[in-house]
Amino acid sequence: MIEAIDLRKHYAEIKAVDGVSFDISPGTCFGLLGPNGAGKTTTVEMLEGIKTPTSGSIRYQGAPLGKRFRNEAGIMFQHTALQEFIKVREVLSMFQHFYEHTRPLEELVEICALGEFLERDTRKISGGQKQRLLLAIALINDPQVIFLDEPTTGLDPQSRHNLWEQVRQIKAEHKTLVLTTHYMEEAYELCDEIIIMDHGRIIAQGSPKALLAEHFENAVITLPQESLPAGFNAVGDNLLPTQMERVEILSKDLDRSIANLIEQGVSLSQLEVRSPTLEDLFLELTGHQLRA
Amino acid sequence: MSLRRFLAAFHARNLEFLRDRTALGWNFIMPVLIVIGFAFAFATGERDLFKVAVYGDAEAHPEYADFLAMRHIQFIPVDRLEVQITKVDRHQIDLLLDMEQDRLWVNTTSANGYMLEQLLSNLTLHKQTLSGRETRYVDWVIPGVLGMNIMFSALFGVGYVIVRYRKNGVLKRLRASPLSAFEFLSAQIVSRMLMIVAVTVIVYLGTHLLVGFQMFGSYWLLLLILIIGSLSLISVGLLIAARMSSEEAANGVLNLISWPMMLLSGVWFSLEGSHPLVQDLALLLPLTHMVDAARSVMIEGSGLLDVTPQLLVLVLFSAVFITLGAKTFKWE
Repeated sequence: MIEAIDLRKHYAEIKAVDGVSFDISPGTCFGLLGPNGAGKTTTVEMLEGIKTPTSGSIRYQGAPLGKRFRNEAGIMFQHTALQEFIKVREVLSMFQHFYEHTRPLEELVEICALGEFLERDTRKISGGQKQRLLLAIALINDPQVIFLDEPTTGLDPQSRHNLWEQVRQIKAEHKTLVLTTHYMEEAYELCDEIIIMDHGRIIAQGSPKALLAEHFENAVITLPQESLPAGFNAVGDNLLPTQMERVEILSKDLDRSIANLIEQGVSLSQLEVRSPTLEDLFLELTGHQLRA
Repeated sequence: MSLRRFLAAFHARNLEFLRDRTALGWNFIMPVLIVIGFAFAFATGERDLFKVAVYGDAEAHPEYADFLAMRHIQFIPVDRLEVQITKVDRHQIDLLLDMEQDRLWVNTTSANGYMLEQLLSNLTLHKQTLSGRETRYVDWVIPGVLGMNIMFSALFGVGYVIVRYRKNGVLKRLRASPLSAFEFLSAQIVSRMLMIVAVTVIVYLGTHLLVGFQMFGSYWLLLLILIIGSLSLISVGLLIAARMSSEEAANGVLNLISWPMMLLSGVWFSLEGSHPLVQDLALLLPLTHMVDAARSVMIEGSGLLDVTPQLLVLVLFSAVFITLGAKTFKWE
């Protein structure tokens, strides 16, 4: 549906995006992941036609971005304000007038749960309500492809789960979704395929499950820092310090790793074992924390 | 250009303007307060000096030497009688003396004129009388105050608002829709122009009721000046807002432009007699031409032909600024 070929965006000092290529299949949710400054937003804004690439090309349905794309795409930006002193219903009505083909207001109100603040001034709605309104605007032209740039950043957990629910509903309508996020959990919940970006490049690509299976054979062991003796040897496992004075061992073979711990006299009383997450994957691939 | 999209953006901008009560209030209150202030401040004691316009060669008419030597009278040599007659009619001149034909003009409603006339009673002069009401400072300043209000509304209402839209991402959001830059900008221009015309008409009527000022010309012509003048000032705002994305910088530039206009466009005082450089500079400011045209219609009763030069300059300003503004306009 959308094809990006060797996209680059260079500014005077930095290479924000440095040669990325991918294909987005129709009806899937495609995720761009990475820490702040990885180049996700720049990449997605080039796809949206908002930024012009320094080099490389983008094709929508086999053709360069044009009028058709503008009419068939729905975009939810990361930071956008709306005109002030205007009611939610009036904002929707204005955007409806911009497009030839639009979705009925009642449907948008239902999908995005706008009913309770439809008559309220845009200045007087909460963060979660504003994100729902921006989502509704992105859906207003009944788009074929929907871009969501960090849709839940800054939202409380409740609002985040609500928004995920709305995105799942849109997915169920077989729309193509392009999502950027720095929450690995969000990508895991919503995306069929992801690319992980760091420093303007793609460092991994695939379905979240496949990527985890490919990079982790087993599990993650966490232990308090003080239970490890000085000179502890992880024997081939990756050892990573985390927050709250705990250490993570990315185990390739759980039996062998635990045997190794016992052998070196480590107390197992506070040991925890969990499945690896995309956060761990990012750590494994880049050696640095996702949200540092 | 889609009329549907233009109207949607136009409607939204109108709602925003009308519902922003604080800003809206200032649009009405400020000019009314200024005008009332001036009406009271200059109600009495406007001149402590007699003003006499003298036509003709004093050397050739020694019979007037005694009169011309009197103290506390300002004698102004003049060369166009018709202009001066109007000034006597408006009380801008207390007496007009024509030494060539031994004539004098006084306004029967002017006390100063009466006093001066007595001083000349020993000479045989053909007396001509006029009875027009005095042109007070407030009559003169009204077109300036209204013009200034229009200027601020145009510059900040278009310039500052577009920059704010750009900074907070409103423009980015609009850009991702099929709304074109042309549709968006014309919606901004037309909306603001309509609002300025409505506000100015109301303020005009309100101040007229309160202080009652002179209006000798055509109201239709005044409306035409108002429309073309506000368009030219809006286009200045548009040009400034074409690319800027910092509200602080925009505020600075807008002030940098509005202050000289306020001081040099003849809003508060006439630039007659000021340095030629200042007068040339004033001609570069759209407000100068607008206030000049409006003032000449209101207190001199000028017709369309008299103000055509000013109107043409304003149209030219608008065309140049709008073209430049639209060409350099950036959504981000």
